Amino acid sequence: MKQIPRFRRGFRFQWEPAQNGYVLLYPEGMVKLNESAGAILNEVDGERDVEAIIAALQRRFPEAGDLGPDVREFLRDAGQQHWIEWL
Amino acid sequence: MNGASATPQVGPPLWLLAELTYRCPLQCPYCSNPLDFAHSGQELTTEQWVSVLRQGREMGAAQLGFSGGEPLVRQDLPELIAEARALGYYTNLITSGLGLTEAKVDAFAEAGLDHIQVSFQASDPELNNAVAGSRKAFEQKLAMARAVKDAGYPMVLNFVIHRHNIHQMNDIITLCERLGADYVELATCQYYGWAFINREGLMPSRAQLELAERQVNDQRQRLADAGSAMKLIFVTPDYYEERPKACMNGWGSLFLTVAPDGTALPCHSARLLPIDFPDVRSMSLREIWYDSPGFNHYRGDSWMPEPCRSCEEKTRDFGGCRCQAYLLTGNADNADPVCDKSPHHERILAARRAADHATAGLGELVYRNAGNSRLLFRG
Repeated sequence: MKQIPRFRRGFRFQWEPAQNGYVLLYPEGMVKLNESAGAILNEVDGERDVEAIIAALQRRFPEAGDLGPDVREFLRDAGQQHWIEWL
Repeated sequence: MNGASATPQVGPPLWLLAELTYRCPLQCPYCSNPLDFAHSGQELTTEQWVSVLRQGREMGAAQLGFSGGEPLVRQDLPELIAEARALGYYTNLITSGLGLTEAKVDAFAEAGLDHIQVSFQASDPELNNAVAGSRKAFEQKLAMARAVKDAGYPMVLNFVIHRHNIHQMNDIITLCERLGADYVELATCQYYGWAFINREGLMPSRAQLELAERQVNDQRQRLADAGSAMKLIFVTPDYYEERPKACMNGWGSLFLTVAPDGTALPCHSARLLPIDFPDVRSMSLREIWYDSPGFNHYRGDSWMPEPCRSCEEKTRDFGGCRCQAYLLTGNADNADPVCDKSPHHERILAARRAADHATAGLGELVYRNAGNSRLLFRG
């Protein structure tokens, strides 16, 4: 996947101390993200493609084994939910 | 969540609704504002609102709605938006579009506004303007919807649905597609406030509702097949359910509303209840949320009478809506009569029967304006 994900306009990803986690905010809605979803979306910057994101996550979590399949699947789902779009 | 616990763990208010004013240029007969809004006290000042926003954010609120009335009549709106955005809120402006200009749309974006929701009353100017009680509303709304889109905001269009516009479902969806909406809220009237006194003239029949549901489902399928990201959210009336809604996800669980005069409420309808609610001018938001008798009144389930008390579903629906129980049975402790286990369920059935035979035209509804508000509540 050479594609670059970015957040769809109107979607904001941020850390919420009161919820001790990352959330995705959008018009009149909020999704509390679990740890792995938060870690993946934290790498989405509209500049790096999926492979670069996977590489960054492998560096952050060297013990985790091959993260590629899970990250690709999660981003594909996030695209289908229209949280992110592809450049 | 532990259903057996009488004093549940109270989480933070994640959603804050700032009802900036009850003033509004429109007169929609289903307005959720209180019937006696004309007698409401002085509006909070800018400084008082800023303090509410800071306290709410500090406690963990992340979603913020600016609503009303029409929030645009507050001259300090840009200042409040900027403050809210700087605090880290996701800021939603819920507006009729009246009083909006392209310059304001841009200025709000610069102040950090995340989203503008424009409400429509129908898919054509005649019906729209008749419901809104305003002759130029529709054209203005169209222009502002386009301006919102051009400025790069996500576009949410809201249509309140009732028996006089429910037949327009396909036209409404076509209009929204043409305007490039991201979300379309098709929100059937909820019968509180002005909608409660106008219920007979607003509530769709079951046949109307079922047709609309089929149309919405077909449109969803069509949009999905076309790869469209436009999302249809159809809120159907709970009067056609046999189990009550989990109102506000539980009393004092996620939502905190602050009314124009500073009254803090667990939902925007709750001020119709015979409960003393706290005022942000005399109490901190933290005390209000965690310690005030008003907010603790219906937390947990120790307050529940039968049939809720021994019901297995109480942890899921919390006995339904306190306001609806109060409006339909005279006692807010009772089970929401939407539930077919409620001894008052007959009142819901009667409303459904009435909807099958209702004949009232739009002109016979009580419109929401200061004159009618004073008439209804002659102190």
